Amino acid sequence: MNDCGSPPAAPLAVETVGLRKAFGALVAVDHLDLTIPRGEVFGLLGPNGSGKTTTIRMLCGLLLPTAGRASVVGHDVATEAEFIRTKIGYMSQRYGLYDDLTVYENLRFYATVYGLHGTARAARLDAHLAALGLDELRTQMAGTLSGGWKQRLALACATAHEPEMLFLDEPTAGVDPAARRAFWTSIYELARRGTTILVTTHYMDEAERCQRLAFLSRGHLIGLGTVQEILTQFAQPTIEDVFIELQRRDEGAAV
Amino acid sequence: MRRDRLTFLMMTGLPAIQLVLFGYAIQTDVRHLRTVVLDESRSAESRALIATIGNSGNFDIIGDVASREALRDAVESGDANAALVIPPDYEREIKGGRTAAVQMIVDAADPQTSAAALSGALLAAQARATQIISERYRLLAPLDMRVRPWYNPAQRSAVFIVPGVIGILLTITLTLITGIAIVRERERGTLEQLIVTPISKTSLMLGKLVPFVVVGYVQMTVVLGLGKLIFDIPIRGSVLLLYVLTVPFIIASLGVGLLVSTFARSQGQAMQMTFFFMLPNILLSGYVFPRMSMPAPAQWIGLMLPLTYYLKVLRGILVKGVGFAELWRPTLSLAVFAVVLLAFSVRRFSKTIE
Repeated sequence: MNDCGSPPAAPLAVETVGLRKAFGALVAVDHLDLTIPRGEVFGLLGPNGSGKTTTIRMLCGLLLPTAGRASVVGHDVATEAEFIRTKIGYMSQRYGLYDDLTVYENLRFYATVYGLHGTARAARLDAHLAALGLDELRTQMAGTLSGGWKQRLALACATAHEPEMLFLDEPTAGVDPAARRAFWTSIYELARRGTTILVTTHYMDEAERCQRLAFLSRGHLIGLGTVQEILTQFAQPTIEDVFIELQRRDEGAAV
Repeated sequence: MRRDRLTFLMMTGLPAIQLVLFGYAIQTDVRHLRTVVLDESRSAESRALIATIGNSGNFDIIGDVASREALRDAVESGDANAALVIPPDYEREIKGGRTAAVQMIVDAADPQTSAAALSGALLAAQARATQIISERYRLLAPLDMRVRPWYNPAQRSAVFIVPGVIGILLTITLTLITGIAIVRERERGTLEQLIVTPISKTSLMLGKLVPFVVVGYVQMTVVLGLGKLIFDIPIRGSVLLLYVLTVPFIIASLGVGLLVSTFARSQGQAMQMTFFFMLPNILLSGYVFPRMSMPAPAQWIGLMLPLTYYLKVLRGILVKGVGFAELWRPTLSLAVFAVVLLAFSVRRFSKTIE
């Protein structure tokens, strides 16, 4: 399925035009125009409730947009979700692991769900386990892993099928700094091999690792560009200051 | 499953516990009431009457009491459930060709218990009376009513209850455990994780539901086996037919389980909702309490429960040994439930996962 010589890929990994999602009267995302070229590590930032998770869920086909359109790896999320699902990986804050399966069983299960079988699957799994340093833990129950290891396993499961595009929704929440650093090493390794990555985060050091950033506030895109461009736009010394400034504005608007 | 001990325990322990509990405990047929006797006649005639009543099987004569006060004490303390009073002139009246009166006092606080006692006392007295008449006049009784209790000649409640245990168990497994299992996946985020994979909604749902169908059939087999072994319940009809006619019931119950999972936001909620659904199933389906004795609204509610129809199928095949020709009506109802419930719940389930 993922062999070489596949038809030329669309140049954009993600493209949204006027994307909107409303839950009843609450508009979670509005007028979102976003383009992410292939191979980019793209950060989606914003305070809680700014619409980050809703955006990711729409791009993954977990939610249908209320209006506007979005395409992922060149295919429309509303009409070609089935196809998109074979090309993307998704990792949520909750990791989505089966606690009473072992590390290896979790990985094997997700690989199977993604259509991998037989020796190809076994080889892929071994490679993944080795790459993520999970080899020693393959027979341990996922439920007994520490936060950092769970996160690595979740990443392994989300990338078992070597997706073209990876969505990470606050992947490092509640994980210690060493594990976070290791995680980002893996992320860069995936990006180097051509995977496009969209990540939401609350950690400013992580935001600064992204090639480009988008700031969401109350469902609207209010800042877009490289770290340097964002700092210039908001006239703040660090990304953290931008963030706090935005949060302050949000609260001001809410009053 | 080997690792999820609690679920495993619920699935294997439940059939055994339910079977034993309900099989043994629910004895709607009341036998062997503890009975004391106040015999003021102390004659051959009175002893003959006591023997007749003692042999009826409804009463166990546990002793004599000397006075009315002692009799009252025995009943009030619960030592005795019934008391027979034979007056001093009993033998004299009978010998004199007059009607002798005897008294049976029954603790009727529980109407179910007392019903059997009351009819048992009347029957025993009639039997004795007929005997006396035929002895005295050397006549044969003019009428002999021969009652034939079909299907369950010994009138054991286990024969009635144990097939019902299968229905209750399947309801529990397929609604409670299924509902909880799906809600748990939602809570842990594994359901969401599965939705973003290329796996189709149909395979996803089948994958979640089919294992419980297997579990349901295993439980059913266990209860049938244990029921045969422990309670000697009859299996008169075709087990194969039973397994086939169970399909629409299983689908209907899974539909309810799936439906619960779309409403419940936590495992606790799923549990509460299922419990709410289980209560009418246990009370109104005819599992223990006969539907015929219920007021009309309760009967209507019973008609809206798949279990009501499934119990007819279960008892029809196991106890009566009838075939599809006699069971097509409840089967049709079950099929309607299956189609409606599954279609509705699948629609809702698809919506919740978009």
